[in-house]
Amino acid sequence: MGALILRRILSLGIVLFCVVSATFFLIRLSPGGPFDGERKLPPAIEKQLLAKYQLDGPLWQQYTAYLGDLLRGDLRLSTKYRNRSVNEILAQTLPVTFTLGAVAFVIATVAGVALGAFAAQRPGTPGDVGAMLLALLAISLPSFVIGPLAVLVFSLWLGWLPVGGWGGLSHLILPSLVLAAPYVAYIARLMRGSLLETLNQDFIRTARAKGIGETTILYRHALRVAILPVVSFLGPLAANLLTGSIVVETIFHIPGAGGFFVNSILNRDGFLLGGVVIVYCVLLVVLNLVVDLAYSLLDRRIALDG
Amino acid sequence: MAEPSALRRLVRKPVAVVCALLLTGLALAAIVGPELLPASAALPSAQQYAPPSWQHPFGTDLVGRDLLYRVLSGLRVSLVVGLCGAAVSLVIGTAYGLIAGYVGGRTDRVMMRFVDILYSVPRLIFILVLINAFNASLQQFAAAREWRELVDYSSIVILVVSLGVIEWLTMARVVRGQVLALRSRQFVTAAQALGQSHFRILTRHLLPNLVGVVIVYLTLTIPAVIIDESFLSFLGLGIQAPQASLGSLLSDGAAAINPVRNLWWMIVFPSVVMAATLLALNFLGDALRDSLDPRARNR
Repeated sequence: MGALILRRILSLGIVLFCVVSATFFLIRLSPGGPFDGERKLPPAIEKQLLAKYQLDGPLWQQYTAYLGDLLRGDLRLSTKYRNRSVNEILAQTLPVTFTLGAVAFVIATVAGVALGAFAAQRPGTPGDVGAMLLALLAISLPSFVIGPLAVLVFSLWLGWLPVGGWGGLSHLILPSLVLAAPYVAYIARLMRGSLLETLNQDFIRTARAKGIGETTILYRHALRVAILPVVSFLGPLAANLLTGSIVVETIFHIPGAGGFFVNSILNRDGFLLGGVVIVYCVLLVVLNLVVDLAYSLLDRRIALDG
Repeated sequence: MAEPSALRRLVRKPVAVVCALLLTGLALAAIVGPELLPASAALPSAQQYAPPSWQHPFGTDLVGRDLLYRVLSGLRVSLVVGLCGAAVSLVIGTAYGLIAGYVGGRTDRVMMRFVDILYSVPRLIFILVLINAFNASLQQFAAAREWRELVDYSSIVILVVSLGVIEWLTMARVVRGQVLALRSRQFVTAAQALGQSHFRILTRHLLPNLVGVVIVYLTLTIPAVIIDESFLSFLGLGIQAPQASLGSLLSDGAAAINPVRNLWWMIVFPSVVMAATLLALNFLGDALRDSLDPRARNR
């Protein structure tokens, strides 16, 4: 297991290097600079600005200097939000994004597994068909359709929840539900299919023959095996939640990292963009590692080598 | 459940028929609709945020444009992007899956491992960066050669290509699985024994047997591409104003939410059209998949 972790950290380094390099060169080589505004800056001032942000000199020197700073943990200054460092911006916005993402993650897994198990217990009944129809509906509709509609209904018409913003628990309910909805549905479908297959297997028949109650069979025996496809989906789930939270943060005016990510692309704010991308990558690789470890703990038949 | 009863399959069919009809209707409305409306519908007017009326069935937007016109032309853009993006993904995914499945062995393992890795990466995020980096370059390139059309539509072209580039993974997996099953069949062995070239075997013997499964996943890729495009447009990074897609209209609607004035039509109409399109495509794809390949639910 130690070797696995070591290898993953090594590959994380390689992935990060590639991603940082690609982002840096894409931003620097594409037309348009970070200081192109409505009004053209006088050449002297632009030169000074470029020097301040170390964007002057040959491209490869800028690049190596940037890599050096990154290694020291300095993500540099944002070129748009002058005088604010990328570290500072991320320190303020990432906790918000993580909170939203973590809540949605928990909702998606718990509700998805519960809904899938509910449907698998009664295949073919109206309950099953209804649950799966609901799931198909939720999968088909992206958050930018559900989100504004939810705001319209629950915030403007019923007045139960705030329209947007960030603060108390009530601000978290609607965004996390909207963010989680498609993945609740996806996990429910995964869970239902896998549980139905598991319930047909020999060891379940043995358990039934021994006279163990249906509830115990479901939760103690079948669920442990049937949940494996769900566990292997948790890595992609994290990636999807990160992407999805950009939209949800926009809909609900949540001051998370997503808005800064979009703006950093629009403003050609290369260092801010680089910072966000680095954090997202680290997070995903680490989460995938955790998922792989959890997978092997749940299923001893799987050897860890990868 | 091991085998869906024949009755349930029958029940599913009317759904597919209804979805196909709905889709045809939507596509027709998107193609013909904007031409039938008066030309003034596309232009700004003094009626800012007018609620739905006989003159403007869907109401008007911030600058007084008719929302029905906007929604229909947005639907048109979304459908075109979805179709073209799915076509790009079809080419990449089928070629990739064919090669991986046919060559097999180590090549296959490496190629499919690459697909697995791409699955767990937030691809849209990198595509965002790519699109915005290349769009300006393409515009310069086109402007230098005086390709006026390409300058105007460069963002759509880039969008279509890059969305196709990220949505081919499922297609590649499915095609590869199918090729693996076909490869050991006797007609392939016979073709090899006859000394036919690999290219000929791939195109003449394997490809025709893949058509069914490819069509099914094509119908499921179209809504996926439409969702991706709308995601980008919703963030203001896809289709640029004054052109509209369903995503950018939803973004306008979401931006118009405020507690003071209820502008519900700005959200409801684009949402309903988008939802109807996506649901019809997904239900149709699911029904097709069930009838062609009943074992592959939940893939």
